[in-house]
Amino acid sequence: MKRWLPLLAFALLAVVLGIGLTLDPQRLPNMLQDKPLPEFSAASLDGARIVTSAELRGKPMVLNVFASWCPTCVHENPVLLEFAKASDALVVGLAYKDQPEDTRAWLDRFGNPFDLVIQDPDGKIGIDLGITGAPESYFVDRTGVVRDKHVGELTWDSLSDYARKIQ
Amino acid sequence: MRAKFSRPSWLGTPWALACGVLLLLLAQPLWAGIEAFPFADRAQEVRYQKLTSELRCVKCQNNSLADSEGMIAADIRREVFDMVQAGKTDAQIVDFFVVRYGDFVRYMPRFEPLTYVLWLGPLLLLPLGIWWLARSLHARAKQAAIQAEEA
Repeated sequence: MKRWLPLLAFALLAVVLGIGLTLDPQRLPNMLQDKPLPEFSAASLDGARIVTSAELRGKPMVLNVFASWCPTCVHENPVLLEFAKASDALVVGLAYKDQPEDTRAWLDRFGNPFDLVIQDPDGKIGIDLGITGAPESYFVDRTGVVRDKHVGELTWDSLSDYARKIQ
Repeated sequence: MRAKFSRPSWLGTPWALACGVLLLLLAQPLWAGIEAFPFADRAQEVRYQKLTSELRCVKCQNNSLADSEGMIAADIRREVFDMVQAGKTDAQIVDFFVVRYGDFVRYMPRFEPLTYVLWLGPLLLLPLGIWWLARSLHARAKQAAIQAEEA
């Protein structure tokens, strides 16, 4: 028995470290899971009005954090365009740390999938949402509760799965 | 042969100096990440330094906020500065980010049931290791004594 002890200890360590390897250390918890979307008020892209988070309730919503300086957002855009056509969910874009004229030019060039675009020029709303960069997407049900979050590029399949959670 | 070790004649020229300064300017990314905030006093600055070294960069797992070049890290540093200015306590500031990003942002993990092993594990392992070492050294000494007796 005694001679097997080191091997046993090693096996135990290997299992613990093995489990550790399957975890993604970059993955942050979604602190908004099943919680209401934080309150915010933000200027619309044309600057004409202030949009509050309260007025966005009542419909399932995909809130997509994007920016004209974000290369991955260009990749993601066609998926959102397709989704916006097919779904009756509200698709809202949060222009994160961007200049409105740059955002507009970007949307003109790559297509605008959004029912509404709001601005977060200094990234404060982004911090309240707990984002780490762009793109990130929040899936909010009709009562304003966050049902899931996606960090990084959305694919058609992942987007469809998320959309089911807010129907 | 002595001439081989003397200073090259071009080293003292203005051109050499200019080249040196130019090279230093190329090192721009080294200082680009650190903003200079207008702290009201030294105490505020010390608190800011402490907070940004105890909060973790949310984008880059193995950096503190203070050491990170990331855009979001710079934004969060700005937020920390604003909150220090506004007179928030250290606990309020850390909680603000824990609510948004989870315990991940604590570079200094809290002492709680989930982290007992992390904090106490080494304290348990050390005596265990010393005990094991003493035991095997003792056994080895005994073995050597027996062999010496046999011989």
